[in-house]
Amino acid sequence: MTSTQAVDDIVKSEYEHGFTTEIESDTLPPGLDEDVVRAISKRKGEPEFMTELRLKAYRHWLTMTEPEWPAVDYPKIDFQAISYFSAPKRPEDAPKSLDEIDPALLETYNKLGIPIEEQKALAGIAVDAVFDSVSVATTFRETLAEAGVIFCSISEAVHDCPELIRQYMGSVVPHTDNYYAALNAAVFSDGTFVYVPKGVRCPMELSTYFRINARNTGQFERTLIVAEEGSYVSYLEGCTAPQRDENQLHAAVVELIALEGAEIKYSTVQNWYPGDEQGKGGIYNFVTKRGDCRGARSKISWTQVETGSAITWKYPSCLLRGEDSVGEFYSVAVTKGRQQADTGTKMIHIGKGTRSTIVSKGISAGQGRQTYRGLVRIGQRAEGARNHTQCDSLLIGDRCTANTFPYIEVKHPSAQMEHEATTSKISDDELFYCRSRGLTEEDAVSMIVNGFCKEVFNELPMEFAVEAQKLLSISLEGAVG
Amino acid sequence: MLSVKGLRANVGDKEILRGLDLEVGPGEVHAIMGPNGSGKSTFAHVLSGREGYEVTSGSATFEGKDLLVLEPEERAQLGLFLAFQYPVELSGVNNTYFLKAALNSIRKARGEEELDAVSFLRLIKDKLKILHLDDSLLKRAVNAGFSGGEKKRNEIFQMALLEPKLAILDETDSGLDIDALRVVADGVNALRSPERSMIVVTHYQRLLDYIQPDYVHVLAKGQIIRSGGKELALELEEKGYGWIEAEGRAA
Repeated sequence: MTSTQAVDDIVKSEYEHGFTTEIESDTLPPGLDEDVVRAISKRKGEPEFMTELRLKAYRHWLTMTEPEWPAVDYPKIDFQAISYFSAPKRPEDAPKSLDEIDPALLETYNKLGIPIEEQKALAGIAVDAVFDSVSVATTFRETLAEAGVIFCSISEAVHDCPELIRQYMGSVVPHTDNYYAALNAAVFSDGTFVYVPKGVRCPMELSTYFRINARNTGQFERTLIVAEEGSYVSYLEGCTAPQRDENQLHAAVVELIALEGAEIKYSTVQNWYPGDEQGKGGIYNFVTKRGDCRGARSKISWTQVETGSAITWKYPSCLLRGEDSVGEFYSVAVTKGRQQADTGTKMIHIGKGTRSTIVSKGISAGQGRQTYRGLVRIGQRAEGARNHTQCDSLLIGDRCTANTFPYIEVKHPSAQMEHEATTSKISDDELFYCRSRGLTEEDAVSMIVNGFCKEVFNELPMEFAVEAQKLLSISLEGAVG
Repeated sequence: MLSVKGLRANVGDKEILRGLDLEVGPGEVHAIMGPNGSGKSTFAHVLSGREGYEVTSGSATFEGKDLLVLEPEERAQLGLFLAFQYPVELSGVNNTYFLKAALNSIRKARGEEELDAVSFLRLIKDKLKILHLDDSLLKRAVNAGFSGGEKKRNEIFQMALLEPKLAILDETDSGLDIDALRVVADGVNALRSPERSMIVVTHYQRLLDYIQPDYVHVLAKGQIIRSGGKELALELEEKGYGWIEAEGRAA
């Protein structure tokens, strides 16, 4: 079957899995061994090769030791206490109405202007008809089908286009990469697959929002995006609304592959539950994201707005292999309360004339702890490679911290490297100036912070940028004083 | 309109204002002059609600309301405006956006409808015309990288837009060359009206050549030691502050 045919078949097949993964039974008992890995694969009805890949990853994971980071504190994770396969909550277990939901969460939804039906879905309430995005999604699929773009869950892709999965999955982040990547490869629950054929400019921004079953992808999400020669795709992940989740550990893997002249723009808004004021119950977000600029003149651009989770550990990276390929990383990370974030990027310059740009804006409030950790490596063959890095930290209050650890390795004499870093505080002068013009203290803070983040927000698709600004304001409410 | 009685205020342990009295009626322009360290800027800051000053006694009421218990933004919402001696730079915050947010915040507090983008831009254009300013300041971040003259012009522009009932100009002339001074003074004069009072705080008489006050007060050691008409300013220019302070001591 040719790949075009494959695409056609998939988009026309009217999603025989009904757009949600079918699961016979509920939850596997906690614990992890080979039988559990096999059981996951079996329940997902996966082909043999996938089961083998999972087992290989699991066996490798056993040989690895859990990493520790000096700037992040959390109690040791008991991997045998986690259940690695859980069906979506049964309706009778879910909250029955919004009355049962934490009022603080509802208040945030209201501030973000989220419609009531959608609030219910986000809060995990069983709703029969999931608002109107069912119809939106259908129109969406038709348009994509015309363009030949595949956009489906990873589970569907494993069934429907196994040859693409075989070729590309694990080719950027192999299961041997790191402890959590190995774990993910063994037990990944679901995720997103995007394939853009040669020369196609994806006609719309792709967003998980339009994939209804994306809401229950579980704790080990897996995303794979392949952009063939000369194609373009922009993908949005996440949601500004804080999502409730029962799973504390999230270890996702995202792989991007850009072939010659292709461009992938990947935007994330991450707002998982950060825990209570003491940091209890918050999500651990340990993510491996990597893009491979495999072809000449390809481009991968990461933009992230990270405001949630108790602990965020992620370094979206670019392997700049193709000549004249371009990597970009734009990041806004907010830590408040007791949140901790260790985030940054890696730009690995391999090909000639490769270029990368890093703009990182860290905001720390309350007792938040934040670390920028970045690596720029210019390899032996990367003649004429260039990097520009800018790391700015903004502190609010006097109990938060910000660290910057830039690592730079240059192995070619022609490389041009620029690094700028600043750390500043919102000054009383700035606040008083705004307030003397009639703005409240909170409005003043949000205005100053949004100004600080502007360069990054400019990279986000329009609607997302507006939401991100709103989100930031809400996140920092009460952060001063 | 503004009534200040026996105002005393400290910065840390040091008393800066020592029983200051001032009455400002509607539409009046009062100049407050005085040597360095006399408490001019402290007075401007205490009126506008800046932190770091402790009022130990006395009162300040604005249209019958006790100013001293209000937050800075509440004072602004009542119609108080402070033109800063050193306007603060807000990098990344677009000037137009800032002004719109400020104006709408004030309108909202007053129970007025917020302006949409179109009406706001129309309003901005009108104000620019009155002040003979071009629109180059609008697209930039608030005061970021502005020259001294541009910053002061931006203050006056904000004042024009927010239409305060009482504007306090804190050493608006400092750091301006004569051309910039004229532009700023012309702006201030254009905004004079029977409903708008002003307190012009200045060290030099120079500014008062352009902004003609109704009253001139001399502030020394935290008190107003002499008040008079605009001729007082000229006399001060000629004889210096020493003269009046010496006279104060003799009396």
